[in-house]
Amino acid sequence: MSNKDRQITFENVSKFYGEVLGVNRVNLTIPPGITSLVGPNGSGKTTLMNLMTGLLCPTQGTIRVLGVPPDQPEALFRFLGYCTQYDSFPRGITGYQFVHSYLRLHGKTDSEARDLTQHALERVRLTDAADRKVAGYSKGMRQRIKLAQAISHWPLVLVLDEPLNGLDPLVRAETIALFRSLAEEGVHVIISSHILHEVDAISDQVILLSSGYVVAEGQIHGVRTEVEEHPMQILIRCERPGRLASRIFEQSSVVEARVHADGKGLLVRTRDPDEFYLALNRLVLDGVDLESVAPADDDVHSVYQYLIGPDGGSI
Amino acid sequence: MNSDSGNLWREQVMAIMRLEIKKNFLARRGLWIYLLALAPVLLFAGHSFERLRHGRVCDLGQDNLIFATVFQFFFLRLAVFFGCVGVFMNLFRGEMLEKSLHYYLLTPVRREVLLAGKYLSGVVTTVVIFGTSAALSLAGLYWHIHPQVVRQYLLEGGGLEHVAAYLGITALACIGYGGVFLLMSFLFNNPMIPAAIVLVWEGLNPFLPAALKKISVIFYLQSLCPLEAPLRSKWAFLAINANATPPYLAVPGLLLVTLAGLYLAARKVRKLEINYGAE
Repeated sequence: MSNKDRQITFENVSKFYGEVLGVNRVNLTIPPGITSLVGPNGSGKTTLMNLMTGLLCPTQGTIRVLGVPPDQPEALFRFLGYCTQYDSFPRGITGYQFVHSYLRLHGKTDSEARDLTQHALERVRLTDAADRKVAGYSKGMRQRIKLAQAISHWPLVLVLDEPLNGLDPLVRAETIALFRSLAEEGVHVIISSHILHEVDAISDQVILLSSGYVVAEGQIHGVRTEVEEHPMQILIRCERPGRLASRIFEQSSVVEARVHADGKGLLVRTRDPDEFYLALNRLVLDGVDLESVAPADDDVHSVYQYLIGPDGGSI
Repeated sequence: MNSDSGNLWREQVMAIMRLEIKKNFLARRGLWIYLLALAPVLLFAGHSFERLRHGRVCDLGQDNLIFATVFQFFFLRLAVFFGCVGVFMNLFRGEMLEKSLHYYLLTPVRREVLLAGKYLSGVVTTVVIFGTSAALSLAGLYWHIHPQVVRQYLLEGGGLEHVAAYLGITALACIGYGGVFLLMSFLFNNPMIPAAIVLVWEGLNPFLPAALKKISVIFYLQSLCPLEAPLRSKWAFLAINANATPPYLAVPGLLLVTLAGLYLAARKVRKLEINYGAE
C-alpha cells in the first residue's frame, strides 16, 4: 500500500452549485488521526464531506479516499462510514432495524448483521432504546443512532458532520472518547464542528475553511506559527511581572508586554516565539523566578479569530 | 461479472426490495393508489349487482366486451398508468423529499443495483395491487352469472386464456410504465408534468407514424389485449390499433422500451447528487 493509499487527497477540487460557490480549488492531504473541519456556516465543510463520500460530484478536480475515487460506492463504503448532519430517517423504522437493514446492504448475512448491530448499539449506549421507533427518539439519541450506523461496519475512515450536536455533556464526553479510541486504532476520523474548544481538545489537525476556500490546514501549532500578522501571545506567571517586563523589552521581537489583570502574570506578544523562549531561558538562568510559561493563543479559537474573524467573515 | 459479484448484487437487490416493498405498500401518500385499484372492482361488482337486482339475462359475450373496454380505457390508460406514476416517481424522489435517500447512497451498493432493487420493488408492488384489482374485477364481472356457465366458459370457452392474458397485460403494463416513470423521476421534480406528457403521448399514439408508435407502452399492451374494445363514439380512434403487433413481437417490444428507460435511468442515477435544499 503506497502512502497515497493511506491518505485522503483532494487535488484542485472545486464544486459549484450553478453559479454559487461550494468550495474552490481545494488541495488537501488528510492523514490518519482526528482531523477537524472548522469554519462558519456556508464555509464549505459539509460540501467537502459530501464530495469525499460521493454524495456530490466535483465540478473539477480529483478526490481519492485511501486510493479509491468516491464515485465507486461499492468499494468506498466497505471502509468508510459517514454520519451526516441530516436529521431524517426512513419512516416507521426502529433504531435496531435502521442499523441492521443497511448492514444487510453490505452483503452481510442476517446473523453477521445482528452481531454488528448489537456491537454498534453498545458502543453508542443505545441498546435499551434499540426497539423503539427512531421517530420517538430525542435529538441526542437520533445523533447516536446515526453514529451507530456509521461505525457498524468497522470503517477505516469515519466522516462525521457536526456529530456532537444535541448530545448532553456526559454523552458528549463518551462520544469524544469513542472518537479518540477509533483514532488510536488507526482510523481517519474527520469531524466538522463549530464548538471550537472541543475541536481543540480532540483534533490532531485542523482544516480551516472560509467562503469555500481552505484558509489553513495542519497541526494547530503549525497553523498558528504561520499567522505572522498576529504576534504570538505568551502568558508568563510570576510574582513580579513589572520587573520582568522591563527585562523582556530588551528583546527586539517583543511588540507588547502587558501586566495581567490579577497582577501575577505578564502577557507578552512576540513576533518570534523561538527567539523569545531562548531569551526567557537566559533570564531564568540569571535568577529571574517564573511560575509557568504557556502560549495564550495557540489554539483553534484564536487561529479561527485571526484567520476567519469574530463574525465568521473571511480574512 | 464474476459469480461473487453476481451473488452480492442479488443479495443487495433482495435487501433493497425488503425495505422498499414494505414502504411502498404502507406509504400513507399511496392511499389513493389503492382507491384507484378498487374503482374497477366496485364498478364490475355494481354492474353484477344491477343485473341481479333487475333479474336480467346474463350475456357473457357482452360482459366480456364491457370488460375489454373498461380494461383498455380506464384500467390500463388511467388506473395502472397513474398508479405507476404514484409508485415509481416516488422511489427516488419520495426519499429525496423525506431526506432519507442518502442512507442508500452511503452503502457499498452500485447505484445501478440500487436502481434495480427499487425498480423491482415497484414492479412487485404495482403488480400485486393491480393484478389483484384485475382478478377481483373479473370476479365481480362474473359474479351474477351462474357458476356452471362461468366454469364452462373458463375451461372450455377460452376464458382462462383471457383471464391469464388480462393478468399478464396488467403485469406488463406495470413493468413498462414503471420503467418510463422511473426515468421521468430523474428528469422532473413535479410528477404531474411527466404524467401529463406521457398521457398525451400515449393518447396520440393512433395518429403517430409507425416508427414513433413503437416508442410507447400502450401500443404493445393494446396489441396483446384478447378482445378489441367495441367503441363507436368519437373516442373510437383510441381503440383502433392499425399496426397491431403479434404477441411474439409485442412482448419483446415492450420490454425493449422498458430496458431503454431503465438504461437511461441508470445513467442518471450514476450522477445523482444529494442536494436536499434544492428539492
